[in-house]
Amino acid sequence: MAEIVSLAEGVADLVRDGDTVALEGFTHLIPHAAGHEIIRQGRRDLTLVRMTPDVVYDQLIGMGCARKLIFSWGGNPGVGSLHRFRDAVQHGWPVPLEIEEHSHAGMANRYVAGASGLPFAVLRGYAGTDLPRHTPNIGFVTCPFTGEELAAVPALNPDVTIVHAQRADRSGTVQMWGITGVQKEAVLAAKRSLVTVEEIVDRLEPVPGQVVLPGWAVTAVAEVPGGAHPSYAHGYTVRDNAFYQAWDEISRDRGTFLSWMQGVAA
Amino acid sequence: MSHTSDEMMTVAAARALRDGAACFVGIGLPSTAANLARRTHAPNLVLIYESGCLGAKPDRLPLSIGDGVLADTADAVVSVPEVFNYWLQPGRIDVGFLGAAQLDRHGNINTTVIGGDYADPKVRLPGAGGAPEIAASCREVIVVVRHGLRTFVDRVDFITSVGPPRKVITDLGVLAAGPGTSELVLTHLHPGVTVEQARAATGWDLAVSPGLTGTEPPTEAELSALRAFEQA
Repeated sequence: MAEIVSLAEGVADLVRDGDTVALEGFTHLIPHAAGHEIIRQGRRDLTLVRMTPDVVYDQLIGMGCARKLIFSWGGNPGVGSLHRFRDAVQHGWPVPLEIEEHSHAGMANRYVAGASGLPFAVLRGYAGTDLPRHTPNIGFVTCPFTGEELAAVPALNPDVTIVHAQRADRSGTVQMWGITGVQKEAVLAAKRSLVTVEEIVDRLEPVPGQVVLPGWAVTAVAEVPGGAHPSYAHGYTVRDNAFYQAWDEISRDRGTFLSWMQGVAA
Repeated sequence: MSHTSDEMMTVAAARALRDGAACFVGIGLPSTAANLARRTHAPNLVLIYESGCLGAKPDRLPLSIGDGVLADTADAVVSVPEVFNYWLQPGRIDVGFLGAAQLDRHGNINTTVIGGDYADPKVRLPGAGGAPEIAASCREVIVVVRHGLRTFVDRVDFITSVGPPRKVITDLGVLAAGPGTSELVLTHLHPGVTVEQARAATGWDLAVSPGLTGTEPPTEAELSALRAFEQA
């Protein structure tokens, strides 16, 4: 049974300096509030993992929480580049950021292998691209049955995965629906997991297309209404597209970024 | 009705999609063009977004591949591993529709880094996302990109996706790989554009097809559908 905790307790108990941490969510259900709590608690030297590091990772990187980023697309969706990520890669500000870069298919399969308890995954991917020259965690294997050469990527097993979802019951069983990305795989691949939810209810009403994470497969659940903002929780909140557009301006300049972050870090 | 060069590009890209095809759509220009096609000549075009939305039918332009309007209107919403492993990888998707930050004469695409070297780039771009496998596993690939010297380079700084695509549609014209070669050749010019303009905006010695033709200008129906959609 998952423990029901406050957000501050959940982050304090589960996220440690130096951990490999995945905050997943594919545009939808991104655990922004949890990311802000990691910033407030001053975590350092994290290896951040995420297919699509966007605004919340820009904030974590800009506040110096990360040593390394494992990812497949680092941008502000529909808007442009991430300026804090770019500054860290191009100028080492505020601290140098090591990167390990994949494609979406590669990252998704790394989580699948992690959730499956396998050492690696195979896929028909990366062929002819420059990614394998720069990412040691991309290999190639020969199919023992057909002789086809396939890409191989090692399992990804984060120390802790954090996701946001619509709701949970008091045993910590989590329900999510809509665009559920790679969240289930990321939670099942992790050693520990924290799920923030819009609400905790006595009884979960089934929803079409839902994904269920049983309470015994989750470490902790925290009720954080609106915890995905500016991302969203289908059925509860809507995506704040204006904020994503505003972030481009806020994040462009180090000083403007830092003063905006004071509102989060307080 | 007069039109902008961006509108010509979007209309030309939309026309390249046939009704009933399954199309893997990137955000931005490809998404606008694919949605325009669905509202004009290709009502049964199947739009697939990498967020897991299969058969999305948005009534306004999504800002992101994960906008709620895509999930609300999709035939099915599946996980990201499922999109890539079950739908893209086995070749179930007819057309991949991509943008580019840099593109070379063989249609190789770069969306990763520009200048310097990989470890110390001049400009760090968002990266690969779904593009390497979209380019490799869709039956054909169409690239939509604005034509200019910063984009059309002799040699890309990083190969994010391997070319050549079937077509590259720009705000000046259309390029396609010639038969038996992987080199892109100018096949169409949009109204009012000259070969010299296209060559001046290309960072290699651009070959011109002997059958070079002019693109039909956008019809009123195409333009009104595009403008209505962009304002929705």
